[in-house]
Amino acid sequence: MNVVEANGLGKRYGSTRALRDCSLAIPAGHVAALVGPNGAGKSTLLNLAVGLSAPSEGDLTVLGGRSPGSPAALDGIAFVAQDTPLYKNLSARDMLHLTHNLNRHFDQAYAEARLAELGIPLKRRAGRLSGGQQAQLALSLALARHPRLLVLDEPVAMLDPIARHDFMATVLTAAVDDGVSVLLSSHVLAELERVADYLIVLSQGRVQVAGEVDDLLASHRVLTGPVAEAATYSESPVVHVRGGEIQTHLLVRVTADDPVPRGWESHPVGLEELALAYLREPGVGALPGPARAPDADQVEVRR
Amino acid sequence: MTTLTTLALPARSDEDANLRPMPWKRMAWVTWRQHRTALTGVAILLVALAVCFWVAGLRLHHAYAAAIACHPASSFACNNLVNSFNGMYGFLANGLILQVVPALIGAFVGAPLLARELESGTFRFAWTQGFGRWRWTLAKVVGLGVAVTAAAGAISVLFSWYYQPYFPPGSQSLYVSKELPIAASSPFTTGLFDLRGVAFAAWTLAAFAIGVLAGVLIRRVVPAIVATLVVYTGLAFAVGGFLRQHYLAPLVTSKLDIPDTAWVISQQWFITKSGRPASPSKINQLLLHAPGQLFGKGGIPKSVTVWQYLAHHGYTQLTTYQPATRFWPFQWIEGGWLLALSVLLIAVTVWLVRRRVV
Repeated sequence: MNVVEANGLGKRYGSTRALRDCSLAIPAGHVAALVGPNGAGKSTLLNLAVGLSAPSEGDLTVLGGRSPGSPAALDGIAFVAQDTPLYKNLSARDMLHLTHNLNRHFDQAYAEARLAELGIPLKRRAGRLSGGQQAQLALSLALARHPRLLVLDEPVAMLDPIARHDFMATVLTAAVDDGVSVLLSSHVLAELERVADYLIVLSQGRVQVAGEVDDLLASHRVLTGPVAEAATYSESPVVHVRGGEIQTHLLVRVTADDPVPRGWESHPVGLEELALAYLREPGVGALPGPARAPDADQVEVRR
Repeated sequence: MTTLTTLALPARSDEDANLRPMPWKRMAWVTWRQHRTALTGVAILLVALAVCFWVAGLRLHHAYAAAIACHPASSFACNNLVNSFNGMYGFLANGLILQVVPALIGAFVGAPLLARELESGTFRFAWTQGFGRWRWTLAKVVGLGVAVTAAAGAISVLFSWYYQPYFPPGSQSLYVSKELPIAASSPFTTGLFDLRGVAFAAWTLAAFAIGVLAGVLIRRVVPAIVATLVVYTGLAFAVGGFLRQHYLAPLVTSKLDIPDTAWVISQQWFITKSGRPASPSKINQLLLHAPGQLFGKGGIPKSVTVWQYLAHHGYTQLTTYQPATRFWPFQWIEGGWLLALSVLLIAVTVWLVRRRVV
């Protein structure tokens, strides 16, 4: 089952195109990270997936073919929006009761236990909690619904490193222990390296990279070699060139088994480095074959 | 790498079809908890007004009964009683203060209902819960709409009771003696008509619906409140000043004995023969040449004699008016179209939310 599947998806706000021709299939059981520069369309894509807005073109389904915003989709997807909006004048207890009333399933005991564990007093108003506690409260409300898909929009952007770490640990626990699929957008690449096993890079409203992290890491290597030969390297598609004075580093789409040219060294690549390289080269794509094949200029790998 | 060609499993439609909508009563607590501050404010305002009108009403009814029962009517003591009843006229600007109630409800209960969610971003929380966005909206709007309308209806009934002594039993004012009428109103008086009957509740509902729609369109609390006040006030003035008199074709009479309680819409002189309006300059010229005894002290015309004089010279005065007996038909007409307008505005609001235009 694909938790999110898009075909030719586009979203226009007036004359600006926030998303264009997006095709995606995120399989269930992953922690999928959505990265991209500001204005790349991350929030737009997430809002579409949770049914807050409707596509301008193409189509999008969630939880195996359901339409976003349908009763079944609302039931199965929990969303924590950017800046974790809560009713600031409601106490944590009231927020629990409110969420309980608005959903078919709500695990009151789980939510209360989690808040106790986090040291969040039930009587305190949401607006008087710290940023980290507000984020944790919003996450607890989402997880107590026992969703099949948890969607998080920039959940840790406003948090300090400790709160960020705790938040991500909770997400990871839910994913591992309860089998919740997660789709999260983030700027914090380093944090993603620890949790994400599926990566989507959005740029200028298009999907640039999509795939399982293991596959992506296995199909990319960093080649280090003399600067003079960098311009003539043509054995495999180059994603990004990072030049030094003597040596140059090429992020190349090859596997560890592919031959390395004489005078070059091959190293494995990390998720952060890979994502950064693609973010710096918005014109380069790494997508599952068929989806982009007809659109040759997008697949073209340039130096 | 995964391929995009993975076949998506078809939605388990049987399972989804069994998913009954969540019961509406779940929204009762949610609505109360989120709006209890505004509702409490409205309740305090209405209770305060109710106490005022209740206390004043008891005194007023007592004074009226005493003035009517007094005998002999021309005695000094009776005149005093009538004067004391008449002196109570104008309490709280004859209830005009109630006119602010629909405006306040529209501005402080209606407008923030969706505008606050949209402005603070909490709609992203509320509308992604299992209850569903348009049902959430409908439940809140209907629940709060019914509550404020019922409260307005209740205060309107109390006000009608309070004001009853000012409506004489017949169509003419009661006179204790020739010079001393008992204070009386026309039920159509602008600013009074819409406080009684079904109109007050209907205006309150309409103000609330205007506020809700303004909130969803403007998406910010303070501008939505301002817009609600402006639109409601404009509508109230337009209806009172221009629209209400056209609900039913007015009666026309050439006689002078128009009931005191009638709502006189226009009075104009016509040339009897041709039926064309008489020009004011012609009338003035005629009156300038009129014999002096037509006029009372200080040259002020005595209306009956002037009227007779002009009638004798071939002019007819036509009065168009709405008789007080049309009070209830007018109430139902005004209540009816305001209810229809409110339902329409609420339907548009829910449609906007449902269509994800928001």
